[in-house]
Amino acid sequence: MLVKRIIPCLDIKDGRTVKGVNFVGLKDAGDPVELAKRYSDEGADELVFLDITATKEKRRTLIDMVENVAKAINIPFTVGGGISSIEDVKLLLRAGADKVSVNSSAVRRPELINELSSIFGNQCIVLAVDAKQINGYWKVHLVGGRQKTNIDLFEWVKEGVARGAGEILFTSMNHDGTKDGYANRALMKMSKLVNVPIIASGGAGKKKDFLDAFRLGNADAALAASVFHFKEIEIFKLKLYLRRRNISVRF
Amino acid sequence: MSNNEQGIMNNKVKNIAIIDYGAGNVRSVQFALERLGYNSVCTNTPKIIQEADKVIFPGVGEASSAMEQLRNSGIAELLPQLKQDVLGICLGMQLMCLSTEEGNAKGLGVFPVDVLKFKPDVKIPHMGWNTIKVDDSSLFKNIPDNSFVYFVHSYYVPLNEYSIANTNYSTEYSSALNKNNFYACQFHPEKSGSTGEIILKNFLAL
Repeated sequence: MLVKRIIPCLDIKDGRTVKGVNFVGLKDAGDPVELAKRYSDEGADELVFLDITATKEKRRTLIDMVENVAKAINIPFTVGGGISSIEDVKLLLRAGADKVSVNSSAVRRPELINELSSIFGNQCIVLAVDAKQINGYWKVHLVGGRQKTNIDLFEWVKEGVARGAGEILFTSMNHDGTKDGYANRALMKMSKLVNVPIIASGGAGKKKDFLDAFRLGNADAALAASVFHFKEIEIFKLKLYLRRRNISVRF
Repeated sequence: MSNNEQGIMNNKVKNIAIIDYGAGNVRSVQFALERLGYNSVCTNTPKIIQEADKVIFPGVGEASSAMEQLRNSGIAELLPQLKQDVLGICLGMQLMCLSTEEGNAKGLGVFPVDVLKFKPDVKIPHMGWNTIKVDDSSLFKNIPDNSFVYFVHSYYVPLNEYSIANTNYSTEYSSALNKNNFYACQFHPEKSGSTGEIILKNFLAL
């Protein structure tokens, strides 16, 4: 049976892992290759790397990092951040990434999703969406959450899937950094709207938050960063906790 | 003896070709072999493929465009005639079948079976870790039933006389095939943790 996935996320800046709260106040959190190896050994099902450097000159640093990660670990990983062309994706996949995630560039030019999925297959195109609930309405935000748009989260996710996205990575900006649980109602609504896997992101603080993302949010995978980086939650123990509560996980 | 030492010894006799046909992540397979201590070459040159001791036919991408690349490079004609052990992975496995519903592509016909799209009663793609139930095959030596491996695919091979492993997702389907020297798996052994490493080692030891 297909099991729920636990995905540590590594925010990458100039080849180093960093972590902030609500996208600001970044702290150094270590060497990405070492961390990737540690997570893989601890039972992570998959990893996500989000490059927040996103300047063209630093692109080479990212490609090198991707290659080093691919050499070091034997589980799949996704790379995102600043991807806006077929060429970007080709370089990342050839360096050893399994999937890529697109975010702002896909909002600005939605055809990008069609182009990428027709060339590389929709299984490796993840649509990452940062959204914030304002007066009851979920609005898509760009450039790491700094720029608000008037685009409705659910409409955009539906369109992204219709254009060929094979997975959704949904980050709730209201929940990110709060450690008070994922946006489970929005996750559940999304899972009824589209027929691709959904990764919950933003809000993990304790083991129960993961359980709720799976049970109440019907998420296929749950992503978290700081609780794993700073060893507040151990992946192995988290999986034991989930299995005791009848969530199928991999050991 | 460590994996690495064993691999270096075996390198003297193993000449592994990984078929590289354009877009996609073929280096993951190469890196996985490196971790086991084996060197390999990524190539689309028929002569190199023909002379290899073992051939790995990985696959990421879309079926009809992949078939076009394979025809243009002469690999489509060569592959079904290979006499050494061949391992198809994911799309590679599907392209070794008769046809696929993906882009209505005609396949290489090694396995006389048609590849179908999952019915939308489940999320598509089938993405993540799922279990395999395995047959008595050398490919699965030391692999217990219900071992977890990593899948990413939207199309599947129905159960047939060449199935050597099955997995349940929407339906019970073939997660691995074998016919003579041709082996194939739907999951990614190169991304399937220690289970995947054992399967790759088994293939190289055939």
